[in-house]
Amino acid sequence: MKDRILEVRGLDVDYGLGPDAVRAVRDVDLTLHRGEVLGLAGESGSGKSTLAYGMTRLLPPPGVVAGGEVIYHLDDGTTVDLLRMRDADLRRLRWAEIAIVFQGAINSLNPVQRISAQLMDVLKAHSAGSTPQSRQDRARELLSLVGIASDRLHSYPHQLSGGMRQRVMIAMALALEPRVVIMDEPTTALDVVVQRQILRTLVGLRERLGFSVVFITHDLSLLAEFSDRIAIMYAGQVVEEAVSADLYRTPLHPYSDGLLRSFPALKGPRRELSGIPGSPPDLRMMPSGCAFHPRCPRALDVCDEQVPVLGQSRDNRSVACWLHPVAVS
Amino acid sequence: MRTNAKALTGVIMLVVFVLLAVIGPWIAPFDPSMRSNALLQPPSSMHWFGTTHLGQDIFSQVLAGTRSVVFVGAVAGVVATVLSVLVGITAGYLSGTASEGLSALSNVFLVIPALPLIIIITSSLPETSNLTIALVIGLTSWAWNARVLRAQTLSLRRRDYVEAARANGESTWRIILFEILPNLYAVIASGFVGTVLFAVISEITLAFIGVSDAGGWNWGTVLYWAQSQQALAQGAWWWFVPAGLAIALLGTSLSLVNFGIDEYVNPRLRTRFSMRGVRMRVGFTPVLAKETS
Amino acid sequence: MSYLLKRLAFYLLTAWAAVTINFFVPRMIPGDPVQALITKQRGQMTSEAVRSLYVLFGLDKNESLASQYFSYLGQLLRGDLGMSFTFFPSPVSDVISDGLPWTVGLVGITTVIGFLLGTAAGAVVGWRRGTWADSLIPVTTFVSSIPYFWLGLVAIAVLTGPGSFFPASGAYEIGLVPNWDWQFIGSTVQHGLLPGFTILVSSVSGWILSMRNMMVTVSSDDYVTVAHAKGLPERRVMLAYAARNALLPNVSGFALALGFIVGGTLLVEIVFSYPGLGLQLFQAVGAKDYPLLQGIFLVITLSVLLANLLADVAYLALDPRTRREA
Repeated sequence: MKDRILEVRGLDVDYGLGPDAVRAVRDVDLTLHRGEVLGLAGESGSGKSTLAYGMTRLLPPPGVVAGGEVIYHLDDGTTVDLLRMRDADLRRLRWAEIAIVFQGAINSLNPVQRISAQLMDVLKAHSAGSTPQSRQDRARELLSLVGIASDRLHSYPHQLSGGMRQRVMIAMALALEPRVVIMDEPTTALDVVVQRQILRTLVGLRERLGFSVVFITHDLSLLAEFSDRIAIMYAGQVVEEAVSADLYRTPLHPYSDGLLRSFPALKGPRRELSGIPGSPPDLRMMPSGCAFHPRCPRALDVCDEQVPVLGQSRDNRSVACWLHPVAVS
Repeated sequence: MRTNAKALTGVIMLVVFVLLAVIGPWIAPFDPSMRSNALLQPPSSMHWFGTTHLGQDIFSQVLAGTRSVVFVGAVAGVVATVLSVLVGITAGYLSGTASEGLSALSNVFLVIPALPLIIIITSSLPETSNLTIALVIGLTSWAWNARVLRAQTLSLRRRDYVEAARANGESTWRIILFEILPNLYAVIASGFVGTVLFAVISEITLAFIGVSDAGGWNWGTVLYWAQSQQALAQGAWWWFVPAGLAIALLGTSLSLVNFGIDEYVNPRLRTRFSMRGVRMRVGFTPVLAKETS
Repeated sequence: MSYLLKRLAFYLLTAWAAVTINFFVPRMIPGDPVQALITKQRGQMTSEAVRSLYVLFGLDKNESLASQYFSYLGQLLRGDLGMSFTFFPSPVSDVISDGLPWTVGLVGITTVIGFLLGTAAGAVVGWRRGTWADSLIPVTTFVSSIPYFWLGLVAIAVLTGPGSFFPASGAYEIGLVPNWDWQFIGSTVQHGLLPGFTILVSSVSGWILSMRNMMVTVSSDDYVTVAHAKGLPERRVMLAYAARNALLPNVSGFALALGFIVGGTLLVEIVFSYPGLGLQLFQAVGAKDYPLLQGIFLVITLSVLLANLLADVAYLALDPRTRREA
């Protein structure tokens, strides 16, 4: 087993407080290992982005973290809980250890500041000793890392194309050589050709720099190609987790199967594109039993009565589904 | 709940003012223009807000003056709102020269200083009554809302369901009335409230410089007489304080109503940032203390 | 630069609209009062002055509307705004050029300071949402509902009087001759403080509210979250990311609101008998001095247009997206 770097334990994330709170993420456990790419997939509204922003405490109001732990393993072997750090410590840890590439680079870049300023302020904030010249050199270096000519350094965001902006965001994420990079639908807004180019750049960079990735997307076939392990989320919970090749070949949860049938496969077996009928449940009025049962083509009688728990099934895979009962230990 | 409380306070205050506008002149203890021998008296049980240099009862003047204020505010508000809806939605829905022209027209009216314009028009009119003042204010103060409505309509027009309705060949009028207008009610309401506030302050300002309904009372005329009779120099604070407070209270109630509408339109303003002792913060999501379980 | 050219064209259009309004409005006045005033002072007026008033008010019924319009435009271009009735025999242009510097000084300076102060305070209040800063909102709402001039009345009642540092009226001590010596400047500042402060208190609250709302809106934009994710110091996130962006709509709002603000601030001059355009406007209304009224409206409008142009230049400097690289 490889080293763990980030562990999420029993994380609950709500929108709002008190009795009106919407429970968007419920009791999620996840483990990210060093050098690994962990895919997080689900439809929009499944809670995958809420999970990512909740665990980094970046979720805007009315989001609140209602419980759980987010353990980060530092290089010196000690651990910290992101949810219980003082603001100043968390600020220091952010970006230096965990960086994020946000969904939609158009809105992620400050429209009124040059790219250079936005690359260099993070360098300045985290290394007090650096000189303006060294920061500018580093900024140029970062741009060339993602294939952007250094004469673009002093451009404003609106002067760049969508693909270039996303490259800038990736360059920015790598500025402090973080151990973990969270990518939230990093290529969704881009056209297919640019998507492929950027993913290729990412794969190359990851091999060179060796950071771990949490990759969030609704496009499961993209993940299958790019990630080592995949966790599938539905209605705020992880419903299946597996090595990506296994999940891709034989999805156990009917929801994972449905997701795979929602996107054309990039390679491997051709599936009939059928999608999933219906839409995700209203988090304020969750169905009884398994949250997926109203949409499930293979629902059993037990499904609307009892909630399946995520556990090791008989074939040693993690899944929360009555079709694959938890192995009795 | 707190949001609603704010707007509710505003509505209640507003209802009181409207009520006073209706019954004010009847329940006023004195004829507001009637002179008496109690010259320049401070507030007393007989004259709650004191008297003027002619012995007129200021309480009655303020009470009777409410009607004119509410009337001008309402009429000007309605006129300006109707104009702004017509101009704004047309400019937003049409495209090309007509749209550009209407938008330029509203920008012109927006940039020309409203109050001086209102002053030169009203003082050039053969006669000034509450109605003419209201009409002049209404006709000159629609531009801001027209601008807001145009922008809103532009963005609504690009929505899928509107595009779909157009593709289905629905008539422009049907689309505007049934697809676009219902989405603009909040914006229109907020514009109406804002215009009423502007109209009230304009009317009072006009009266303060001597342009008002001949023989009628409003809060501005009270202040006009206070100013021209040197109430300040004579220490007669009661002459101008009640009318000013009445303006401020009416203004506050209108602003409170608009707060409610704004928060309804812009959900980002609605989010409560502190409740149950937890402060919501951008950038540092609060972590609830573990409940003992 | 095409942005500025476009704005310039728009301001020219607006100026033309204001001039045209100024042409038509006096034609609503029943002819008699003007005629009467002219007749009353005919003996003291040159025939040229009478002629120019005829052009201003369209009293010459033999001329067609179009030719009236063109002679009116021609007269304006020569700077001839007619003869003031109240300040007889001064031409309107002289009267206005006496008042204009005072108004520009008082209203201009306080409006800009009010905007800057209010924007700064609003940025802080919006950023510290959910703390004590929220309690400022009802106070500012109340203050911004008070007409400027009434606040001036209260200020005079409370702060002036025998032995007070603040004079209750005028722009400088009676007896001083306007020039650039220290005594005069000191007196001007002393007289300007209270009216200036009145305008400041009334106008600042509006800017606090609008900037606060913009900060709240901008604070949940993605780039602000990114800035937090980058672990930047709080100050930098607030200033370079949130406030810097919230400032843009506030500046364009400033330009648009100038027309409204100027109206309110002019009234403060009346209360303080400050010898600017506002006080002249008041006197002109009272005396039915139509030529002066028209002239003041025109000059105020043109000043507001100029201020708008300056605000546009500021916006251009602040928002890189409106700059077109050659």
